[in-house]
Amino acid sequence: MEVLGLLADGFATSLTPLNILIVILGVTAGLFIGAMPGLGSVNGVALVLPLTFIVPPTSAIILLAAIYYGAMYGGAVSSILLGIPGASTAVATTFDGRPMALQGKAGLALIAAAVASFVGGTISVLLFTAFAAPLAELALKFGPAEEFALVLLAFTTFVGLGGDDTLKTIVMICLGLVLSTVGLDMISGQPRLVFGDIPGFYAGISFLVLAIGVYGVGEVLYTIETARTSPAVSTARLRMRDLVEGIREMNKMWKTMSFGSVLGFFVGMLPAAGATPASLMSYGLARTFSKKPETFGKGNIEGVAAPETANNAASTGSLLPMLTLGIPGSPTTALLLGGMVMWGLMPGPMLFIEQKDFVWGLISSLYTANLAAVLINIALIPLFVWALRMPFSVLCAMVLVLCILGGFAPSQKLHDVWLIAGFGVAGYLLRKADYPLAPLVLALVLGPLMEKSFRQALISTQGDPMIFFSRPLSATFMVLAAIFFALPLLKMLRQRLSKRPAPAE
Amino acid sequence: MLAADRLIALALMGLSIYFMWHAKALPIGWVPNAGPGGGAFPFWLSAIMLAASTLILLRSFVSHPHEGEKFFPDADAIPQIAGVVGLFVATIAVIPFIGTYLALMAFLFIYLKFFGHHGWLLIGILTLATPVVVFFFFEVTLKILLPKGWTEPFFFPLYAMFF
Repeated sequence: MEVLGLLADGFATSLTPLNILIVILGVTAGLFIGAMPGLGSVNGVALVLPLTFIVPPTSAIILLAAIYYGAMYGGAVSSILLGIPGASTAVATTFDGRPMALQGKAGLALIAAAVASFVGGTISVLLFTAFAAPLAELALKFGPAEEFALVLLAFTTFVGLGGDDTLKTIVMICLGLVLSTVGLDMISGQPRLVFGDIPGFYAGISFLVLAIGVYGVGEVLYTIETARTSPAVSTARLRMRDLVEGIREMNKMWKTMSFGSVLGFFVGMLPAAGATPASLMSYGLARTFSKKPETFGKGNIEGVAAPETANNAASTGSLLPMLTLGIPGSPTTALLLGGMVMWGLMPGPMLFIEQKDFVWGLISSLYTANLAAVLINIALIPLFVWALRMPFSVLCAMVLVLCILGGFAPSQKLHDVWLIAGFGVAGYLLRKADYPLAPLVLALVLGPLMEKSFRQALISTQGDPMIFFSRPLSATFMVLAAIFFALPLLKMLRQRLSKRPAPAE
Repeated sequence: MLAADRLIALALMGLSIYFMWHAKALPIGWVPNAGPGGGAFPFWLSAIMLAASTLILLRSFVSHPHEGEKFFPDADAIPQIAGVVGLFVATIAVIPFIGTYLALMAFLFIYLKFFGHHGWLLIGILTLATPVVVFFFFEVTLKILLPKGWTEPFFFPLYAMFF
């Protein structure tokens, strides 16, 4: 019951007038960013992060978390009204959301998405509250060896479970880690990889520069290419009747929604998985267990509710390892982690001891953000229909302006803006060639921790690498990492073996 | 797509070698009783990157992935994307000379006129309102001075008013 006391203290932080205003602002901004086709939570957080200097650190992080939350709600809007997912996390919502809109039930679909997101968000925040403190307590036992093994495990999940090309994933992880070593060597203090003494590289490459490049400039280029014709916006009229009917319909789906929430929360915790696979899995399971599976894909309201509960639950789930272990579960949480470090709040178990007010303030703000998001979402539906008519070119121009300003503001060096342009073009080309970008961003954020813990562990044993295998927790992580790393190889072997007897038949 | 796949793999191989060459400046080996040297982490990770991108290149000759797919499915998009990239780069390049404000205004004007084909009213509103919002948000509220280049003297009266 200690948790309840801490949570009550947290509400004292998050319910100050400034923070309530921040949550409302963040959720609204997030809803609009999420609703724009192509832009999702990660783009929103990357673009807004440099602008958060305007408020104190705790409020800045609450703002970013609120944007994250709002964007997860907003993703459904363009899935339903345009048939284009606002972000990959809302792909599954198009399957039934778009047919519903075409049948003239866009309003009902939007309400279902909002209510389902609320249920998913609430159940997952409750799970978050229950798991956060025990996990942080366990993480207190971590030394450098465990930290290194855990980061390694996070990367190997991308190799084993990411679903992308294994070799390309490995290239991206290594590239991110190498970019993270640019600057001064943390142990000897000597400059390295400064590329012929370019002064801008001495400070290292900020995660923000890479994120704005890849998720700002790169995303704009990708959007220009893929969405050159403005799609038709379905109109959504919202009547009181829809609201009542929506809530009545949702009431029949408790099983689907609670299952989707729990599934989403745990899938979201895995670094390589996250909201997109969680929502697809939840959709698939809802269809499998449905009494009328043939109605899925043709405008079944359950097909909107299932993925929307799961993707919101997953976004909360991915916050858990970020806050308690300092290992982000998704690119967006990697940016939140980077933002917290910028503000001098080092995520990880010590945060739960040293910055109790902040941690519980943030957790309690998730409750308020969730409530604010569902109310604002439903209230602003007519505004979304209007905003989605905004031409792409205006949106793209504004995002590019923000990329220049957001890149310059934190370091006040034009060097970083040049890097953003470079990363933007490179990220766009790499994405087109099927190189996954999430491991790249995560690697840049986690690189310093990985190198530091690796070298600290070895210095403490005077260079004996057995330390990673002799401590029980670290050894467990290492074995798991080895299994994940071997998964693609095993898969390939099995495919070869199953192929071989075929010609003989 | 196959050609692009190979070119990108080649570029990544080149990049890894370039990184390895720079990482060599610090010890890349095992320092006795202390573990890896300062250059080891970037060097060996670049080496893994080199190996993986070489495998990607070799694989493309064996299994021909993405054959028949086009890297740019819609060829009409190429000039537009090249144009946007060129405009973006040019905007950053002129910031030290004509300052952020004029550069952003020129960027918005050219982008909205030639890429968006918008009317004068919208172009006028966005081109004139953006620098005002930017000035009040960044310079007045956040106290972050944006580069102004030759236009710096024009801002002296504004500085006097707000600082």
